[in-house]
Amino acid sequence: MPYPSDRKYTREHEWIQVNGNSAAVGITDYAQQSLGDIVFVETPKVGAELTAGKTFGTVESVKAVSDLFSPASGTVTEVNSELATAPEKVNSDAHGSWMVRITLKNPSELDALLSAADYEKYVAEEAGH
Amino acid sequence: MRYLPKSPDDREAMLKAIGARSVDDLFASIPAEYRLRRDLKIPRQMAESEIVDFFRQRSRENGDGYTSFLGAGAYFHYRPVIIDSLISRGEFLTAYTPYQAEISQGTLQSIFEFQTMICELTGMEVANASMYDGSTAAAEAVMMAVRLTGRRSVMVARTLHPEYREVLATYATHQGMPLSIANYAQDGRLNLQELEKSITPETACVLVQSPNFFGIVEDIDAIAQIAHQNGAMLVVSIAEAVSLGIVEPPRQADVIAMEAQSFGVPLGFGGPYCGVIATREKNVRQMPGRLVGQTTDKQGNRGFVLTLATREQHIRREKATSNICTNQALVALMVNIFMTIYGRVGLKELAKQNLAKTAYAATQFARHGKVLFGGAPRFNEFVVETSEDPYAINSRLLGHKMIGGLPLKKFYPELGNSSLWCCTELTTRSAIDTAVGLVAESERSVRSAKEEVEEVTR
Amino acid sequence: MKPKIRKATRHVNQNEGLIFEKSSPGKAAWKLPPLDVPQVDTAKLLGKAERKDLGNMPEVSEIEIIRHFTRLSTWNYAIDLGMYPLGSCTMKYNPRVNEAVARVEGIANGHPYQPEKISQGALQIMKTLSECLIEITGMDAITLQPAAGAHGEMTGLLMVRAYHQSKGNPRKKVLIPDSAHGTNPATAAMVNYAVENLKSDARGMVDLASLKQQMNEDVAALMLTNPNTLGVFEQQIHEIADILHAKGGLLYMDGANMNALVGKVRPGDFGVDVMHLNLHKTFSTPHGGGGPGSGPVAVKKGLEPFLPAPVVVAKPDGTLGFEYNRPHSVGRVRSFYGNFGMFVRALAYIQANGPDGLRETTEDAVLNANYIRKGLEGTYDLPYSTPSMHEVVFSDKLQARKGVRTMDIAKRLIDYGFHPYTTAFPLIVPGALMIEPTESESKEEMDLFIEAMKSIAEEVEEDPQTVLDAPHSTRVSRLDETAAARKPVLRWKPAN
Repeated sequence: MPYPSDRKYTREHEWIQVNGNSAAVGITDYAQQSLGDIVFVETPKVGAELTAGKTFGTVESVKAVSDLFSPASGTVTEVNSELATAPEKVNSDAHGSWMVRITLKNPSELDALLSAADYEKYVAEEAGH
Repeated sequence: MRYLPKSPDDREAMLKAIGARSVDDLFASIPAEYRLRRDLKIPRQMAESEIVDFFRQRSRENGDGYTSFLGAGAYFHYRPVIIDSLISRGEFLTAYTPYQAEISQGTLQSIFEFQTMICELTGMEVANASMYDGSTAAAEAVMMAVRLTGRRSVMVARTLHPEYREVLATYATHQGMPLSIANYAQDGRLNLQELEKSITPETACVLVQSPNFFGIVEDIDAIAQIAHQNGAMLVVSIAEAVSLGIVEPPRQADVIAMEAQSFGVPLGFGGPYCGVIATREKNVRQMPGRLVGQTTDKQGNRGFVLTLATREQHIRREKATSNICTNQALVALMVNIFMTIYGRVGLKELAKQNLAKTAYAATQFARHGKVLFGGAPRFNEFVVETSEDPYAINSRLLGHKMIGGLPLKKFYPELGNSSLWCCTELTTRSAIDTAVGLVAESERSVRSAKEEVEEVTR
Repeated sequence: MKPKIRKATRHVNQNEGLIFEKSSPGKAAWKLPPLDVPQVDTAKLLGKAERKDLGNMPEVSEIEIIRHFTRLSTWNYAIDLGMYPLGSCTMKYNPRVNEAVARVEGIANGHPYQPEKISQGALQIMKTLSECLIEITGMDAITLQPAAGAHGEMTGLLMVRAYHQSKGNPRKKVLIPDSAHGTNPATAAMVNYAVENLKSDARGMVDLASLKQQMNEDVAALMLTNPNTLGVFEQQIHEIADILHAKGGLLYMDGANMNALVGKVRPGDFGVDVMHLNLHKTFSTPHGGGGPGSGPVAVKKGLEPFLPAPVVVAKPDGTLGFEYNRPHSVGRVRSFYGNFGMFVRALAYIQANGPDGLRETTEDAVLNANYIRKGLEGTYDLPYSTPSMHEVVFSDKLQARKGVRTMDIAKRLIDYGFHPYTTAFPLIVPGALMIEPTESESKEEMDLFIEAMKSIAEEVEEDPQTVLDAPHSTRVSRLDETAAARKPVLRWKPAN
């Protein structure tokens, strides 16, 4: 699975796609694969403040819960309500299923994140264990 | 030992297969200094007949053969015979939690039916598979409201069962959940003015019991309005489940915490009972306890599974909604069978009989003494105020093989010589008449003694 | 290959819908006696609080109810049918005399608020059971109030907190080994303690070096299951206790695995300060499809003041009673006195065994687990070779090479007529097969089990798909848990 180069990635397997001062956040294809069938996505409310590296929600499969870690700090402006009724979208199209949109507080935080190529390498190593 | 299915030869052969010389070899990993080298000092091994004798003897020392007017969170209703016939089937009695759905469909389907009937009766959309009892269900329901609202403080009606309040206090202590108590008004219902005054923007929920500890039906509409206007949730505790046959359920509640003991569960000196939590669908992910859901197998057959397990301790560990694991499944099955037996019509008729007996008893008591809180509707309990100490009256009743109402001064000192009486469908008119007669007699003698004293002092 | 299925044969079982689907107006399974007091006008008595309609509650006859639940019951596996080797669950025989004595009139119908004077029977049962459990655990005092194991854990940790508070500092965290049951961390959170993980060493026991390093004055207690979830006795238990005690911490023992110890060794003798028991595991009260349980908590002298109120005491006149005035108590954790019906059953079990029977029981439980271990070693991977007590934990490492995981083997075991072992736990063994036979299994039953497990291992090599698609002989095949969780259907609704 190629990782789109139009966005950045975290070591916790989230992606963030910037568009001006706003950014969309989701989880990677590798993450959805290791979680298995996703049954629920818990997201914060519009207006919530996210902090880079801190949890902002969870994704659940039948028998596991994973925290979502925010790739950057910012305020939630929109939540993908489609996922509330169709969480399986994350399985079928992880990179197209954004979970929240935020306005970035400090765009320079993104510099610390991984590029698509670096993330792909990182995932290959992690899967090797 | 008669429960152990092995002969000495079997044990010998097994030890040989393992390669151990004696069974003590298998305990070698326990440091020698801790191993017990004597018999435990407990009663010797007894024959079954001796065990039965022992408990029959204890039974005779335990109120066997008394007529009781006690309720207060534990109610004596008739238990149809088939409840025990069915729950005694080993396939129900000796099965574990239904984690392996393919060979647990019996338990799973019965829980699904239980959840459905609890929803029908409470007017809620989802119900869990059970909690320990009504008190812990109320505490967990409150914690649920705290998670859902993001607020922390809790208003508790003083007419909530006093032991439920104690349990809630224990649970709340280390959760940073300040509790405040709202008193009752003249009519024995929650004091709405006081509620309105003391509710704050930090109030996560208002917790009331209805029918309340005095047997009085609370004004749920009014309480819900106050709670909701202030952004708080309404949690309603129901301790007497039979009331649901004739009393409108608290449909405006956000969470209902119920004790279902009245539905076919023996009094059993206080347990095991059957708590349940019911709520709206949108709150389900914050609900503690097990849930059964419907699904299909690979061939498309209908089947049932434990679901939404990610809320629970075995997956979420320290972040779980509760630490609850084992619940009250077999007791929930009793409740389920009871609800099935009485059903849509029977439950109503049963509740009506409770209502009628209680109305009759309260009227009779009122002729000779004072029945408190007359203004509000009540179900099957009422408060009688006497001139004499109710403990003394009850002592006298015991001589007639009767257990009088629960003296209330322990929980409500301001109510003085009041006691809480309960009548169910099993309370006969003649028992009521006898009890009323005995109480009236003691009232007369106290009154005449008082008059004598007054005479002398005059 | 032809699988060697000797224990079970397929047989016809009855189909049965939901009770609501059998309901029709006018059927009834109830009959009330004629009312001997005047009828009442419910509308007048209740006003707007009167309920008019009971919705979709069923209307069925008595024979239909009997058949309904009997049919459902035949869809369950149960101890009464055969071995139920769920690790950490102690699925032992549930003696029927327990059930009989729990239903004796005065015991079944005792009201919790009836005067103490006429409750001496119930109080005597509670006192006798308490004394037995104190002797069995080697502790000093006990509460029977908690309704289940996890409830006992909460009660125990509340007492730990109260104890530390009484010394001026409640402390901040609880150490929990990575092999622990999920209730342990969930409980710590409920009592507002932070959870710190403690790792296991190569033998599957508490890593003493880590413990020494992590132990400090912020640690309130270590929650330890002993034998632990690998079925391994913590051999350095006293060093563990010493390390904790040296820094003022307490040793909490999760008694889930007490069936390995009764009559052979007492936790109170090896340094435990507070522990809970599961009467529904060790003391034979029925699991009932998931409860009721009962989780008494036993403590050493120093923690006695903090026991939940009330406690049973002997009064000056020689009768028994409840003492409510306990100023240092952690409070009440349940209404009334706990799951009394379970006390009756547990005491009947202790009486049926006596000291010799309880010891033999423990010995047989350990003998059985070791027999299975010996029988399956080599066929299944044994990740820890440390001696086993009452249960043994294998892993699916060998079978995973063929793409078959522990859950698949478990499901195939169903076709062989057995309930599966515990899967996916403990967390420190990936693909765990956690097997606890208990003392209730005969040599013949265990030989069948070993044969079944070996046969499945052969199938994995020769025909893994059969195992992956199992079970094949049940009413329903593997159920779609994903769909159940995505769109939860949690109640029946009438079709329209």
